[in-house]
Amino acid sequence: MYSEILLEHFRNPRNMGRMENPDGVGKVGNPACGDVMHIYIKVGKNSSGEEIIEDIKFETFGCAAAIGTSSMVTELAKGKTLEEAAKISKEDVAEAVGGLPPIKMHCSLLATKGLRKAIEDYRRKKGDAGAGGEDSQHTQEG
Amino acid sequence: MRAYLDYASTTPLDERVLEAMLPWLREEFANPTGIYSLCQSAKRAVEEARESVAKLIGASSSEIVFTSSGTEACNLAVKGYALANRRRGRHIVVSAVEHMAVLEACRAMESQGFSVSVVGVDEHGCVTPEALEQAMSKDTLLVAVQLANNEIGTVQEVAKLAELAHEHGAAFFCDACIANGSIPIDVEELDVELLAMSAHKMYGPKGAGALYLAEGTRIEPLLHGGGQERGYRSGTENVPAIVGFGRACEIAGEVMQEEAERLRRLRDEMVRRVMSEIEDVRLNGHPERRLPGNANFAFAYIEGESLVLELDFAGVSVSTGSACTSPTLEPSHVLTAIGLSKAQAHGSLRVTLGRFTRKEEVEHFLSVLPGVVERLRKISPFKRGGEGYV
Repeated sequence: MYSEILLEHFRNPRNMGRMENPDGVGKVGNPACGDVMHIYIKVGKNSSGEEIIEDIKFETFGCAAAIGTSSMVTELAKGKTLEEAAKISKEDVAEAVGGLPPIKMHCSLLATKGLRKAIEDYRRKKGDAGAGGEDSQHTQEG
Repeated sequence: MRAYLDYASTTPLDERVLEAMLPWLREEFANPTGIYSLCQSAKRAVEEARESVAKLIGASSSEIVFTSSGTEACNLAVKGYALANRRRGRHIVVSAVEHMAVLEACRAMESQGFSVSVVGVDEHGCVTPEALEQAMSKDTLLVAVQLANNEIGTVQEVAKLAELAHEHGAAFFCDACIANGSIPIDVEELDVELLAMSAHKMYGPKGAGALYLAEGTRIEPLLHGGGQERGYRSGTENVPAIVGFGRACEIAGEVMQEEAERLRRLRDEMVRRVMSEIEDVRLNGHPERRLPGNANFAFAYIEGESLVLELDFAGVSVSTGSACTSPTLEPSHVLTAIGLSKAQAHGSLRVTLGRFTRKEEVEHFLSVLPGVVERLRKISPFKRGGEGYV
Protein backbone atom coordinates (compact mmCIF):
# COMPACT_ATOMS: atom_id res chain seq x y z
CA MET A 1 0.00 0.00 0.00
CA TYR A 2 2.80 2.45 0.90
CA SER A 3 6.13 2.86 -0.87
CA GLU A 4 9.44 2.05 0.82
CA ILE A 5 10.37 5.73 0.78
CA LEU A 6 7.19 6.79 2.53
CA LEU A 7 7.50 4.10 5.17
CA GLU A 8 11.12 5.06 5.75
CA HIS A 9 10.10 8.68 6.33
CA PHE A 10 7.27 7.53 8.59
CA ARG A 11 9.67 5.49 10.70
CA ASN A 12 12.50 8.02 10.69
CA PRO A 13 10.86 11.38 10.21
CA ARG A 14 13.23 14.26 9.37
CA ASN A 15 12.94 17.64 11.06
CA MET A 16 10.35 16.41 13.54
CA GLY A 17 9.39 18.37 16.63
CA ARG A 18 8.41 21.82 17.82
CA MET A 19 10.57 24.88 17.06
CA GLU A 20 11.39 27.54 19.61
CA ASN A 21 10.62 31.07 18.35
CA PRO A 22 9.82 30.22 14.74
CA ASP A 23 9.62 32.99 12.14
CA GLY A 24 6.48 31.46 10.66
CA VAL A 25 3.94 28.80 11.64
CA GLY A 26 1.41 26.99 9.46
CA LYS A 27 -1.32 25.01 11.19
CA VAL A 28 -3.60 22.98 8.93
CA GLY A 29 -6.12 20.16 9.23
CA ASN A 30 -8.63 19.20 11.86
CA PRO A 31 -8.50 16.41 14.44
CA ALA A 32 -12.01 15.34 13.42
CA CYS A 33 -10.72 14.63 9.91
CA GLY A 34 -7.82 12.65 11.24
CA ASP A 35 -4.93 14.83 10.06
CA VAL A 36 -3.38 17.88 11.72
CA MET A 37 -0.03 19.39 10.72
CA HIS A 38 1.98 22.15 12.27
CA ILE A 39 4.89 23.44 10.17
CA TYR A 40 7.45 25.79 11.74
CA ILE A 41 10.04 27.74 9.72
CA LYS A 42 13.10 29.88 10.39
CA VAL A 43 14.02 32.25 7.55
CA GLY A 44 17.56 33.24 6.64
CA LYS A 45 19.37 34.62 3.57
CA ASN A 46 21.50 32.92 0.95
CA SER A 47 24.68 34.32 -0.59
CA SER A 48 22.70 36.30 -3.16
CA GLY A 49 20.63 37.86 -0.37
CA GLU A 50 17.42 35.96 -1.14
CA GLU A 51 15.24 34.78 1.73
CA ILE A 52 15.49 31.06 2.25
CA ILE A 53 14.07 28.46 4.59
CA GLU A 54 17.00 28.06 6.91
CA ASP A 55 15.34 25.61 9.28
CA ILE A 56 12.01 23.80 9.27
CA LYS A 57 10.20 21.49 11.68
CA PHE A 58 6.87 19.71 11.80
CA GLU A 59 4.45 18.06 14.17
CA THR A 60 1.74 15.81 12.76
CA PHE A 61 -1.28 13.94 14.09
CA GLY A 62 -2.33 11.47 11.43
CA CYS A 63 -1.69 8.36 9.43
CA ALA A 64 1.61 7.14 8.03
CA ALA A 65 0.96 9.07 4.80
CA ALA A 66 0.41 12.29 6.75
CA ILE A 67 3.57 11.82 8.81
CA GLY A 68 5.66 10.66 5.85
CA THR A 69 4.58 13.53 3.58
CA SER A 70 5.17 16.05 6.39
CA SER A 71 8.68 14.76 6.75
CA MET A 72 9.22 14.87 2.99
CA VAL A 73 7.92 18.41 2.55
CA THR A 74 10.35 19.64 5.20
CA GLU A 75 13.20 17.97 3.30
CA LEU A 76 12.11 19.45 -0.01
CA ALA A 77 11.72 22.93 1.45
CA LYS A 78 14.87 23.17 3.52
CA GLY A 79 17.41 25.55 1.94
CA LYS A 80 15.02 26.65 -0.82
CA THR A 81 14.09 30.30 -1.33
CA LEU A 82 10.62 31.21 -0.06
CA GLU A 83 9.42 31.58 -3.66
CA GLU A 84 10.64 28.10 -4.59
CA ALA A 85 9.30 26.54 -1.40
CA ALA A 86 5.86 28.06 -1.89
CA LYS A 87 5.74 26.45 -5.33
CA ILE A 88 6.18 22.89 -4.05
CA SER A 89 3.05 21.09 -5.25
CA LYS A 90 1.19 18.12 -3.87
CA GLU A 91 2.36 16.19 -6.93
CA ASP A 92 5.98 17.05 -6.09
CA VAL A 93 5.52 15.63 -2.59
CA ALA A 94 3.65 12.55 -3.76
CA GLU A 95 6.33 11.87 -6.36
CA ALA A 96 9.14 12.37 -3.85
CA VAL A 97 7.67 9.77 -1.49
CA GLY A 98 7.43 7.28 -4.34
CA GLY A 99 3.69 7.69 -4.95
CA LEU A 100 0.65 7.54 -2.69
CA PRO A 101 -2.54 5.49 -2.77
CA PRO A 102 -5.23 7.69 -4.44
CA ILE A 103 -7.24 7.91 -1.21
CA LYS A 104 -4.18 9.33 0.57
CA MET A 105 -3.43 12.11 -1.92
CA HIS A 106 -5.08 14.67 0.36
CA CYS A 107 -2.28 14.06 2.88
CA SER A 108 0.33 15.48 0.50
CA LEU A 109 -1.99 18.39 -0.20
CA LEU A 110 -2.11 19.11 3.53
CA ALA A 111 1.67 19.07 3.78
CA THR A 112 2.14 21.68 1.04
CA LYS A 113 -0.71 23.76 2.46
CA GLY A 114 0.99 23.76 5.86
CA LEU A 115 4.25 24.93 4.31
CA ARG A 116 2.57 27.72 2.33
CA LYS A 117 0.70 28.86 5.43
CA ALA A 118 3.96 29.03 7.39
CA ILE A 119 5.53 31.17 4.64
CA GLU A 120 2.45 33.44 4.54
CA ASP A 121 2.59 33.73 8.32
CA TYR A 122 6.23 34.79 8.12
CA ARG A 123 5.51 37.36 5.40
CA ARG A 124 2.56 38.77 7.29
CA LYS A 125 4.60 39.16 10.49
CA LYS A 126 7.50 40.66 8.56
CA GLY A 127 5.15 42.95 6.67
CA ASP A 128 3.85 44.32 9.96
CA ALA A 129 7.28 44.58 11.52
CA GLY A 130 8.74 46.03 8.26
CA ALA A 131 6.09 48.73 8.12
CA GLY A 132 6.87 49.61 11.74
CA GLY A 133 10.61 49.75 10.98
CA GLU A 134 10.19 52.14 8.06
CA ASP A 135 8.01 54.39 10.18
CA SER A 136 10.67 54.63 12.84
CA GLN A 137 13.27 55.44 10.19
CA HIS A 138 11.09 58.24 8.86
CA THR A 139 10.79 59.59 12.38
CA GLN A 140 14.56 59.56 12.74
CA GLU A 141 14.98 61.35 9.45
CA GLY A 142 12.26 63.84 10.32
CA MET B 1 8.39 -12.47 17.31
CA ARG B 2 5.01 -12.37 15.60
CA ALA B 3 1.83 -11.77 17.63
CA TYR B 4 -1.47 -12.18 15.79
CA LEU B 5 -4.02 -10.29 17.90
CA ASP B 6 -6.73 -9.66 15.34
CA TYR B 7 -9.03 -12.65 15.82
CA ALA B 8 -12.12 -10.49 15.36
CA SER B 9 -10.97 -9.83 11.81
CA THR B 10 -10.52 -13.47 10.98
CA THR B 11 -9.21 -16.59 12.68
CA PRO B 12 -6.66 -19.10 11.46
CA LEU B 13 -8.05 -22.43 10.37
CA ASP B 14 -7.96 -25.02 13.13
CA GLU B 15 -5.75 -27.91 12.01
CA ARG B 16 -8.59 -30.36 12.77
CA VAL B 17 -10.89 -28.35 10.51
CA LEU B 18 -8.37 -28.48 7.70
CA GLU B 19 -8.07 -32.25 8.11
CA ALA B 20 -11.84 -32.64 7.88
CA MET B 21 -11.94 -30.49 4.74
CA LEU B 22 -9.13 -32.08 2.75
CA PRO B 23 -10.98 -35.12 1.34
CA TRP B 24 -13.69 -32.79 0.01
CA LEU B 25 -11.08 -30.79 -1.86
CA ARG B 26 -9.53 -33.93 -3.33
CA GLU B 27 -11.24 -37.19 -4.21
CA GLU B 28 -14.67 -36.33 -2.77
CA PHE B 29 -15.38 -33.58 -5.25
CA ALA B 30 -18.83 -34.61 -6.46
CA ASN B 31 -21.90 -32.39 -6.56
CA PRO B 32 -24.25 -33.11 -3.63
CA THR B 33 -27.27 -32.67 -5.91
CA GLY B 34 -26.60 -35.85 -7.95
CA ILE B 35 -27.96 -39.31 -7.20
CA TYR B 36 -24.96 -41.60 -7.64
CA SER B 37 -22.93 -42.68 -4.64
CA LEU B 38 -20.16 -40.04 -4.89
CA CYS B 39 -22.84 -37.35 -4.81
CA GLN B 40 -24.71 -38.99 -1.98
CA SER B 41 -21.54 -39.05 0.05
CA ALA B 42 -21.13 -35.29 -0.47
CA LYS B 43 -24.79 -34.78 0.38
CA ARG B 44 -24.34 -36.69 3.65
CA ALA B 45 -21.30 -34.60 4.53
CA VAL B 46 -23.28 -31.39 4.04
CA GLU B 47 -26.15 -32.73 6.16
CA GLU B 48 -23.79 -33.81 8.93
CA ALA B 49 -22.27 -30.35 8.93
CA ARG B 50 -25.76 -28.86 9.10
CA GLU B 51 -26.42 -30.91 12.22
CA SER B 52 -23.20 -29.73 13.85
CA VAL B 53 -23.96 -26.08 13.10
CA ALA B 54 -27.51 -26.49 14.42
CA LYS B 55 -26.40 -28.30 17.55
CA LEU B 56 -24.03 -25.53 18.64
CA ILE B 57 -26.91 -23.01 18.80
CA GLY B 58 -29.65 -25.37 20.00
CA ALA B 59 -31.49 -25.42 16.68
CA SER B 60 -32.69 -28.34 14.58
CA SER B 61 -30.84 -29.01 11.34
CA SER B 62 -33.90 -28.19 9.22
CA GLU B 63 -33.57 -24.61 10.46
CA ILE B 64 -30.09 -24.03 9.01
CA VAL B 65 -29.49 -22.50 5.57
CA PHE B 66 -25.89 -22.47 4.35
CA THR B 67 -24.63 -19.32 2.65
CA SER B 68 -21.31 -18.16 1.22
CA SER B 69 -20.52 -15.83 4.15
CA GLY B 70 -21.79 -14.02 7.20
CA THR B 71 -22.49 -11.02 5.00
CA GLU B 72 -24.72 -13.12 2.77
CA ALA B 73 -26.51 -14.57 5.80
CA CYS B 74 -27.18 -11.02 7.09
CA ASN B 75 -28.44 -9.87 3.70
CA LEU B 76 -30.65 -12.93 3.36
CA ALA B 77 -32.10 -12.33 6.82
CA VAL B 78 -32.90 -8.64 6.36
CA LYS B 79 -33.90 -8.55 2.70
CA GLY B 80 -35.36 -12.03 2.58
CA TYR B 81 -37.56 -11.45 5.61
CA ALA B 82 -38.65 -7.96 4.62
CA LEU B 83 -39.60 -8.99 1.08
CA ALA B 84 -41.50 -12.09 2.18
CA ASN B 85 -43.41 -10.28 4.92
CA ARG B 86 -44.01 -6.81 3.49
CA ARG B 87 -47.73 -7.09 4.07
CA ARG B 88 -47.08 -7.21 7.81
CA GLY B 89 -45.27 -3.87 7.86
CA ARG B 90 -42.77 -1.64 6.10
CA HIS B 91 -40.64 -0.46 9.00
CA ILE B 92 -37.27 -1.94 10.03
CA VAL B 93 -35.54 -1.12 13.31
CA VAL B 94 -31.78 -1.63 13.48
CA SER B 95 -29.14 -0.78 16.08
CA ALA B 96 -26.51 1.87 15.36
CA VAL B 97 -23.65 -0.53 16.10
CA GLU B 98 -24.56 -3.29 13.66
CA HIS B 99 -22.01 -4.62 11.22
CA MET B 100 -22.11 -2.85 7.85
CA ALA B 101 -23.57 -6.02 6.30
CA VAL B 102 -26.70 -5.46 8.39
CA LEU B 103 -26.83 -1.66 8.27
CA GLU B 104 -26.32 -1.52 4.52
CA ALA B 105 -28.78 -4.35 3.88
CA CYS B 106 -31.40 -2.37 5.84
CA ARG B 107 -30.57 0.84 3.96
CA ALA B 108 -30.87 -1.01 0.67
CA MET B 109 -34.48 -1.82 1.58
CA GLU B 110 -35.33 1.88 1.68
CA SER B 111 -35.45 1.88 -2.12
CA GLN B 112 -37.95 -1.00 -1.90
CA GLY B 113 -40.48 1.06 0.04
CA PHE B 114 -39.31 0.27 3.56
CA SER B 115 -38.39 2.82 6.19
CA VAL B 116 -35.51 2.25 8.60
CA SER B 117 -35.02 3.56 12.14
CA VAL B 118 -31.57 3.37 13.68
CA VAL B 119 -31.55 2.91 17.46
CA GLY B 120 -28.69 4.53 19.35
CA VAL B 121 -26.74 2.82 22.11
CA ASP B 122 -25.49 3.85 25.54
CA GLU B 123 -21.86 4.68 26.33
CA HIS B 124 -20.98 0.97 26.56
CA GLY B 125 -22.57 0.14 23.24
CA CYS B 126 -25.73 -1.46 24.68
CA VAL B 127 -29.14 -1.15 23.06
CA THR B 128 -31.48 -0.45 25.98
CA PRO B 129 -35.06 -1.77 25.99
CA GLU B 130 -36.22 1.85 26.49
CA ALA B 131 -34.45 3.01 23.34
CA LEU B 132 -35.82 0.09 21.35
CA GLU B 133 -39.34 0.69 22.67
CA GLN B 134 -39.17 4.27 21.42
CA ALA B 135 -38.13 3.21 17.93
CA MET B 136 -40.95 0.67 17.53
CA SER B 137 -44.08 1.50 15.57
CA LYS B 138 -47.23 -0.36 14.58
CA ASP B 139 -45.63 -0.83 11.17
CA THR B 140 -42.40 -2.45 12.42
CA LEU B 141 -41.92 -5.90 10.93
CA LEU B 142 -38.29 -6.60 11.78
CA VAL B 143 -35.82 -5.66 14.52
CA ALA B 144 -32.09 -6.33 13.97
CA VAL B 145 -29.68 -6.30 16.90
CA GLN B 146 -26.41 -8.19 17.00
CA LEU B 147 -25.47 -10.63 19.75
CA ALA B 148 -22.03 -9.08 20.21
CA ASN B 149 -20.12 -6.27 18.58
CA ASN B 150 -17.11 -7.10 16.42
CA GLU B 151 -15.26 -3.88 17.34
CA ILE B 152 -15.89 -3.24 21.02
CA GLY B 153 -17.09 -6.72 22.02
CA THR B 154 -20.22 -5.55 23.85
CA VAL B 155 -22.75 -8.37 24.31
CA GLN B 156 -26.37 -7.28 23.93
CA GLU B 157 -29.31 -8.49 26.00
CA VAL B 158 -30.87 -10.08 22.97
CA ALA B 159 -33.49 -12.22 24.79
CA LYS B 160 -34.94 -9.12 26.44
CA LEU B 161 -34.89 -7.11 23.21
CA ALA B 162 -36.44 -9.96 21.20
CA GLU B 163 -39.26 -10.24 23.71
CA LEU B 164 -39.95 -6.54 23.31
CA ALA B 165 -39.94 -6.83 19.51
CA HIS B 166 -42.41 -9.71 19.70
CA GLU B 167 -44.73 -7.70 21.95
CA HIS B 168 -44.95 -5.25 19.07
CA GLY B 169 -45.57 -8.02 16.58
CA ALA B 170 -42.14 -7.75 14.93
CA ALA B 171 -39.71 -10.55 14.15
CA PHE B 172 -36.12 -10.46 15.45
CA PHE B 173 -32.88 -10.93 13.53
CA CYS B 174 -29.68 -11.42 15.49
CA ASP B 175 -26.28 -11.19 13.81
CA ALA B 176 -24.15 -13.64 15.79
CA CYS B 177 -21.20 -13.82 13.38
CA ILE B 178 -18.61 -12.61 15.88
CA ALA B 179 -20.22 -14.21 18.95
CA ASN B 180 -20.77 -17.75 17.70
CA GLY B 181 -18.15 -20.10 19.05
CA SER B 182 -16.99 -17.53 21.64
CA ILE B 183 -20.01 -17.48 23.90
CA PRO B 184 -22.86 -20.01 24.25
CA ILE B 185 -25.90 -19.45 22.04
CA ASP B 186 -29.29 -21.04 22.52
CA VAL B 187 -31.84 -19.89 19.96
CA GLU B 188 -34.69 -21.16 22.14
CA GLU B 189 -33.54 -18.97 24.99
CA LEU B 190 -32.87 -15.96 22.78
CA ASP B 191 -36.18 -16.59 21.03
CA VAL B 192 -35.14 -15.02 17.72
CA GLU B 193 -36.51 -15.82 14.27
CA LEU B 194 -33.26 -15.30 12.39
CA LEU B 195 -29.60 -15.59 13.39
CA ALA B 196 -26.51 -15.19 11.20
CA MET B 197 -23.24 -17.11 11.57
CA SER B 198 -19.86 -17.15 9.88
CA ALA B 199 -17.26 -19.93 9.71
CA HIS B 200 -14.06 -17.90 9.44
CA LYS B 201 -14.65 -16.07 12.72
CA MET B 202 -14.51 -19.38 14.58
CA TYR B 203 -11.52 -21.26 13.14
CA GLY B 204 -13.41 -22.48 10.08
CA PRO B 205 -12.69 -21.51 6.46
CA LYS B 206 -13.65 -18.35 4.62
CA GLY B 207 -16.50 -18.88 2.19
CA ALA B 208 -19.07 -20.43 4.51
CA GLY B 209 -21.81 -18.84 6.56
CA ALA B 210 -25.23 -19.89 7.75
CA LEU B 211 -28.60 -18.43 8.58
CA TYR B 212 -30.75 -19.91 11.32
CA LEU B 213 -34.32 -19.67 10.18
CA ALA B 214 -36.77 -20.60 12.96
CA GLU B 215 -39.43 -23.12 11.98
CA GLY B 216 -42.31 -21.28 10.34
CA THR B 217 -40.35 -18.14 9.45
CA ARG B 218 -40.79 -17.14 5.82
CA ILE B 219 -38.09 -15.49 3.70
CA GLU B 220 -37.60 -14.78 0.02
CA PRO B 221 -34.39 -16.12 -1.51
CA LEU B 222 -31.83 -13.63 -2.82
CA LEU B 223 -30.28 -16.08 -5.27
CA HIS B 224 -32.48 -17.97 -7.66
CA GLY B 225 -31.41 -21.06 -9.55
CA GLY B 226 -31.21 -24.78 -8.95
CA GLY B 227 -33.11 -24.69 -5.68
CA GLN B 228 -30.36 -25.86 -3.33
CA GLU B 229 -30.80 -25.24 0.42
CA ARG B 230 -34.54 -25.90 0.11
CA GLY B 231 -34.78 -23.09 -2.40
CA TYR B 232 -33.54 -20.46 0.04
CA ARG B 233 -30.08 -20.32 -1.48
CA SER B 234 -29.44 -21.68 -4.95
CA GLY B 235 -25.93 -22.50 -6.05
CA THR B 236 -23.86 -25.64 -5.75
CA GLU B 237 -22.88 -26.12 -2.12
CA ASN B 238 -19.32 -25.23 -1.14
CA VAL B 239 -18.86 -28.71 0.28
CA PRO B 240 -15.31 -28.39 1.69
CA ALA B 241 -16.10 -25.08 3.40
CA ILE B 242 -19.42 -26.35 4.76
CA VAL B 243 -17.75 -29.49 6.10
CA GLY B 244 -15.10 -27.29 7.70
CA PHE B 245 -17.80 -25.07 9.22
CA GLY B 246 -19.46 -28.14 10.74
CA ARG B 247 -16.19 -29.40 12.21
CA ALA B 248 -15.43 -25.90 13.57
CA CYS B 249 -18.79 -25.90 15.37
CA GLU B 250 -18.13 -29.32 16.90
CA ILE B 251 -14.75 -28.18 18.24
CA ALA B 252 -16.20 -24.92 19.54
CA GLY B 253 -18.83 -26.87 21.46
CA GLU B 254 -16.11 -28.91 23.13
CA VAL B 255 -13.63 -26.17 24.05
CA MET B 256 -15.70 -22.99 24.34
CA GLN B 257 -16.16 -22.84 28.09
CA GLU B 258 -12.55 -23.52 29.00
CA GLU B 259 -11.31 -21.22 26.23
CA ALA B 260 -13.57 -18.38 27.31
CA GLU B 261 -12.17 -18.52 30.83
CA ARG B 262 -8.57 -18.60 29.62
CA LEU B 263 -9.09 -15.72 27.21
CA ARG B 264 -10.94 -13.62 29.77
CA ARG B 265 -8.03 -13.94 32.20
CA LEU B 266 -5.47 -13.15 29.51
CA ARG B 267 -7.50 -10.19 28.23
CA ASP B 268 -8.25 -8.74 31.68
CA GLU B 269 -4.58 -8.79 32.61
CA MET B 270 -3.66 -7.17 29.28
CA VAL B 271 -6.25 -4.41 29.75
CA ARG B 272 -5.12 -3.79 33.32
CA ARG B 273 -1.52 -3.34 32.20
CA VAL B 274 -2.27 -1.12 29.21
CA MET B 275 -4.42 1.15 31.38
CA SER B 276 -1.80 1.35 34.13
CA GLU B 277 1.31 1.70 31.95
CA ILE B 278 0.06 4.28 29.46
CA GLU B 279 -1.46 7.69 30.17
CA ASP B 280 -4.60 9.07 28.56
CA VAL B 281 -6.06 5.82 27.29
CA ARG B 282 -9.63 4.59 27.62
CA LEU B 283 -11.21 1.19 27.26
CA ASN B 284 -14.12 1.20 24.81
CA GLY B 285 -17.10 -1.10 25.25
CA HIS B 286 -18.76 -2.64 28.27
CA PRO B 287 -16.54 -3.22 31.34
CA GLU B 288 -17.95 -6.74 31.94
CA ARG B 289 -20.49 -7.72 29.33
CA ARG B 290 -18.09 -8.24 26.45
CA LEU B 291 -16.61 -11.05 24.36
CA PRO B 292 -13.86 -12.88 26.27
CA GLY B 293 -11.06 -12.11 23.79
CA ASN B 294 -11.95 -8.50 22.96
CA ALA B 295 -10.24 -5.30 24.06
CA ASN B 296 -10.66 -1.92 22.39
CA PHE B 297 -8.63 1.09 23.45
CA ALA B 298 -8.56 4.76 22.47
CA PHE B 299 -5.16 6.43 22.81
CA ALA B 300 -5.41 10.21 22.98
CA TYR B 301 -3.35 12.53 20.70
CA ILE B 302 -2.41 9.90 18.10
CA GLU B 303 -3.95 8.22 15.09
CA GLY B 304 -4.73 4.53 14.72
CA GLU B 305 -3.32 3.75 11.29
CA SER B 306 0.10 4.97 12.39
CA LEU B 307 -0.29 2.91 15.52
CA VAL B 308 -1.21 -0.24 13.57
CA LEU B 309 1.70 0.19 11.13
CA GLU B 310 4.20 0.82 13.93
CA LEU B 311 2.95 -2.24 15.77
CA ASP B 312 3.16 -4.22 12.54
CA PHE B 313 6.83 -3.27 12.24
CA ALA B 314 7.22 -4.63 15.77
CA GLY B 315 5.55 -7.88 14.76
CA VAL B 316 2.07 -7.26 16.18
CA SER B 317 -1.09 -7.61 14.06
CA VAL B 318 -3.99 -5.53 15.39
CA SER B 319 -6.61 -3.21 13.90
CA THR B 320 -8.13 0.25 14.32
CA GLY B 321 -11.42 2.07 13.80
CA SER B 322 -9.60 5.13 12.49
CA ALA B 323 -10.92 6.85 9.38
CA CYS B 324 -7.47 6.66 7.83
CA THR B 325 -7.90 2.93 7.24
CA SER B 326 -11.48 3.06 6.00
CA PRO B 327 -12.30 3.47 2.30
CA THR B 328 -14.82 6.21 3.16
CA LEU B 329 -12.38 8.15 5.39
CA GLU B 330 -15.02 8.07 8.13
CA PRO B 331 -14.13 6.78 11.58
CA SER B 332 -15.85 3.69 12.95
CA HIS B 333 -19.62 4.19 13.28
CA VAL B 334 -19.52 2.00 16.38
CA LEU B 335 -17.04 4.24 18.20
CA THR B 336 -18.92 7.42 17.33
CA ALA B 337 -22.20 5.73 18.38
CA ILE B 338 -20.83 5.17 21.90
CA GLY B 339 -20.00 8.86 22.11
CA LEU B 340 -16.33 9.06 21.13
CA SER B 341 -15.30 12.20 19.27
CA LYS B 342 -13.95 11.63 15.79
CA ALA B 343 -10.45 12.43 17.05
CA GLN B 344 -10.79 9.82 19.81
CA ALA B 345 -12.12 7.27 17.34
CA HIS B 346 -9.06 7.93 15.15
CA GLY B 347 -6.89 6.83 18.05
CA SER B 348 -8.63 3.52 18.58
CA LEU B 349 -6.93 0.15 18.66
CA ARG B 350 -8.72 -3.19 18.67
CA VAL B 351 -6.83 -6.10 20.18
CA THR B 352 -8.59 -9.45 19.94
CA LEU B 353 -7.29 -12.72 21.32
CA GLY B 354 -8.29 -16.23 20.34
CA ARG B 355 -7.73 -19.96 20.53
CA PHE B 356 -4.08 -19.93 19.52
CA THR B 357 -3.04 -16.81 21.42
CA ARG B 358 -0.20 -17.57 23.79
CA LYS B 359 0.72 -15.51 26.82
CA GLU B 360 4.06 -14.66 25.17
CA GLU B 361 2.26 -12.96 22.29
CA VAL B 362 0.35 -10.71 24.68
CA GLU B 363 3.61 -10.05 26.56
CA HIS B 364 5.31 -9.08 23.32
CA PHE B 365 2.49 -6.66 22.49
CA LEU B 366 2.68 -5.16 25.97
CA SER B 367 6.44 -4.76 25.72
CA VAL B 368 6.35 -2.77 22.45
CA LEU B 369 3.15 -0.76 22.90
CA PRO B 370 4.37 1.95 25.33
CA GLY B 371 7.34 2.85 23.12
CA VAL B 372 5.21 3.04 19.99
CA VAL B 373 2.61 5.25 21.66
CA GLU B 374 5.31 7.49 23.06
CA ARG B 375 7.04 7.87 19.68
CA LEU B 376 3.80 8.85 17.91
CA ARG B 377 2.90 11.23 20.71
CA LYS B 378 6.25 12.90 20.21
CA ILE B 379 5.44 13.48 16.53
CA SER B 380 1.91 14.74 17.33
CA PRO B 381 1.19 18.45 17.82
CA PHE B 382 -1.31 17.47 20.52
CA LYS B 383 0.09 17.06 23.98
CA ARG B 384 -1.21 16.27 27.43
CA GLY B 385 -2.76 19.44 28.85
CA GLY B 386 -2.24 21.17 25.49
CA GLU B 387 -4.80 22.69 23.18
CA GLY B 388 -6.62 21.69 20.04
CA TYR B 389 -7.37 18.02 20.71
CA VAL B 390 -11.07 17.29 21.09
